[in-house]
Amino acid sequence: MIEETAVPSNPQTEARLWLAQRVSAMVLALCIVVHLATIIMAVQGGLSAAEIVGRVGGSEVWLVFYGVFVLAITVHAPIGLRAILNEMTKLSMGRINLLCFLAAVMLGYLGLKVAIRFYMLGGA
Amino acid sequence: MSEETFTVSVWRGDDEVGRYQDYEVPRMESQTVLDVITYIQRRLDPNLSYRFACRVGVCGSCAMTVNGKPRWTCRTHVSKVIEDGRLEVAPLRNLKVIKDLSVDMTDFFDKWAKAEARFVGGSTRHDDFAKVSPDDKRRQEASAGIECIGCGVCYATCDVVAWNTEYLGPAALNRAWTLINDERDTGRLSRLKAVSGTGGCQACHSQQGCVERCPKHLNPTASIAGLKRATAMAALKGELK
Ligand code: SF4
Ligand code: SF4
Ligand code: FES
Repeated sequence: MIEETAVPSNPQTEARLWLAQRVSAMVLALCIVVHLATIIMAVQGGLSAAEIVGRVGGSEVWLVFYGVFVLAITVHAPIGLRAILNEMTKLSMGRINLLCFLAAVMLGYLGLKVAIRFYMLGGA
Repeated sequence: MSEETFTVSVWRGDDEVGRYQDYEVPRMESQTVLDVITYIQRRLDPNLSYRFACRVGVCGSCAMTVNGKPRWTCRTHVSKVIEDGRLEVAPLRNLKVIKDLSVDMTDFFDKWAKAEARFVGGSTRHDDFAKVSPDDKRRQEASAGIECIGCGVCYATCDVVAWNTEYLGPAALNRAWTLINDERDTGRLSRLKAVSGTGGCQACHSQQGCVERCPKHLNPTASIAGLKRATAMAALKGELK
């Protein structure tokens, strides 16, 4: 017999989560290319805290870029984590959803905090 | 003339208790793995249980694990799979073993039902035939997946089936996709709901183990990708509630 799950999965939600993960993956792919290119260019002259702050600090463009980057991660990672936990552990779907929601909150909070702090450090 | 023989290890027992038993089988030209198993059952050990019907790759009942890989045994030549002069034959993975090489296909086919992988017609005998051009794109999508023989080889290959007991599996989802593309079918939305979920098409990792192994050279991964897109579009419109 096929086991029924305690929390029945909602077809609409599952399909939307899949789409959200796909779209966030596309955003992430772009962000990562920009991020890596910037790292490679930035380390050319040696890496220092002052250099990073000088570049990122006070820049609205970088604030928006890293804000979008963090939000894409906040959407993308917990959905993947949810699938992994469902396959690899015996946790109920209810618990998994809760854990992944907490992971999303944590990623979003910490990520945005860093992006905002960097922005505030800067300005000539 | 002394016969050339080779050693065949065959799983005897069920999931809980069992062991491999060795048999010496004469090597013959154009011999299939099913020939070997049949020889053992008829000449050496009448107690051996296994399943087959057509012997020509149509019925899908003869699949077993041969030297570690799931295969249709009636169309698998010994010469193609023998390793170091040995053959190891076991029941299919991911299914309950009834005895020896016979597995219980109940879950496999229950999942077809769960995926609503059956035709739902809307016309009567008084209606005209549906005219579907061979060039029609949906017709071609359906044709690409239609030759499934229900052998369960893909199901035995799929790791997601092993990890997620709910997962409907490549064969059921492939069949559902052929029906989504069937001009005459009227069960579309209900079926899209049935294949969307933690055990549905979204659970597939797209690593194509099923494609690699399907003896009919079907591409369940592509069918499942089609279902993912179709369910996502329907969910955007709020149709999967
Ligand atoms: S592609 Fe999907 S259905 Fe095929 S074996 Fe991999 S997880 Fe299973
Ligand atoms: S898709 Fe291929 S491997 Fe899977 S049941 Fe059908 S014929 Fe067998
Ligand atoms: S016996 Fe029918 S497919 Fe092998």
